[in-house]
Amino acid sequence: MVPFGGWDMPVQYPVGIISEVRAVRNSAGMFDVSHMGRVEFSGPGAVRFLGTVLSVDMPALAEGRSKYHVICNEQGGVMDDAIVYRLGPERWLLVINAGNADADMAWLRSRLAGHASSSGAGQAVKVEVLSQSVGMVAVQGPKAVEIIDGLSGGAASLIKRFWLGEANVAGVPCRLARTGYTGEDGFEVMPPAERAAELWVKLAAAGVAMCGLGARDVLRLEAGLCLHGNDMTVENNPIEAGLERFLFLDGEGYIAAAALKRIRAGGTARVLTGFKMVAPGIARHGMSIVASGQAGALRQAQGAQIGVVTSGTHSPTLDAAIGMGYVDRQFAAPGSRFGIDIRGKLVEAEAVTMPFYTRKKM
Amino acid sequence: MNPPELKYTKEHEWARIEGNVATIGVTHFAQDSLGDVVYIDVPAAGAEVKQFAKFGEIESVKAVSDLFAPLGGRVAAVNEEAKKTPELVNKDPYGKGWLIKLELSDQSQLKHLMDAAAYTKLTASGH
Repeated sequence: MVPFGGWDMPVQYPVGIISEVRAVRNSAGMFDVSHMGRVEFSGPGAVRFLGTVLSVDMPALAEGRSKYHVICNEQGGVMDDAIVYRLGPERWLLVINAGNADADMAWLRSRLAGHASSSGAGQAVKVEVLSQSVGMVAVQGPKAVEIIDGLSGGAASLIKRFWLGEANVAGVPCRLARTGYTGEDGFEVMPPAERAAELWVKLAAAGVAMCGLGARDVLRLEAGLCLHGNDMTVENNPIEAGLERFLFLDGEGYIAAAALKRIRAGGTARVLTGFKMVAPGIARHGMSIVASGQAGALRQAQGAQIGVVTSGTHSPTLDAAIGMGYVDRQFAAPGSRFGIDIRGKLVEAEAVTMPFYTRKKM
Repeated sequence: MNPPELKYTKEHEWARIEGNVATIGVTHFAQDSLGDVVYIDVPAAGAEVKQFAKFGEIESVKAVSDLFAPLGGRVAAVNEEAKKTPELVNKDPYGKGWLIKLELSDQSQLKHLMDAAAYTKLTASGH
């Protein structure tokens, strides 16, 4: 168990990280993600308010749909990445990272106070934090849908990718979101908190492998998904983090629109790129990326720092050491080679296109 | 669990002495704490190592750890099989998961190592 965003979380279960990763890639695994922040926004003013703080075309988001996005401050710094779900005509659920939840909520509440004073009557917004009352279990893998379908009388498979629905899963009333953070198909299942443990036990009995934070980190990295706090922080903008496709900048009153349009027009000096180790060694968060060999001939002197590793691990699925990091743009093209300073030893790596792993379509 | 014929360090390496050659590996406790081992970095045959000095690194999915030499000497052999298939360290830490063989420079260094009973006591206290 390790402390994580104010919660005690398992890094791994007894079978170990590699077995857990394989379970998710080949069958089905589950993660207790009840630590994530869940907040419901409702009322006649919610759609307009959320449109001012999220990089999402809020009025266009259909009931029952979800959208991955980033939460940026006025300068375009990434405060968090999140998923917003439309629960009803005037109800939205925002799922945010545990470690950022307090900061996000303080910021959102201050924005909301400004919104309330400027928007007047008929624009009320209700905010309800559900993090303690609703549990969340991510069930992921090629067999996840089939297993949840079996436990829900066929209700689960009616929910399409990135959509949301409700069903009894093994007798527990749940909200089901067909989303995840592993690169696999599956659901994020939200039971009442007091029945989350019961659901977990029933899912385990149905053959879903228990997985911890260690496997979750490997899986999301294989799938090329960013981890906020590692691969992007408030010091980064979403354009250099490669998240431009998740930006909708034309919403009415969207607070980061001006900054992000300016950054987009000017281009960014550095960019988040994926890499594979060419020589033996595993890059880890915080290690320096330096010019080497052919890359050095481009512009930088050999040995000059051109970037920093934000994530790195051994990928059991690819049987290769992979990672991502920010590098000067001229080194980011796939095929570019550079060195990673692994505890004083320069080990060669090559820029590659992410994701590292893409699931086979059924 | 810890074979009685081996010698141990407090850094969780073991040594099997056969004549003037010691086979070196990491203990069951070490592999269990590390989790799935994915990378082993040890010096090539011919390199000299000093007793209790760092001689390499062992890395799991979640952590990297230094390897310390239980004894001093010259590297006589490297377990290429374990370098290629690091999970051998998890599966068989005292057998197929050995790391290097050393030609010992000084047999008297053995007196600085623990026997299995002392090492088992150390790990039982959670170190």
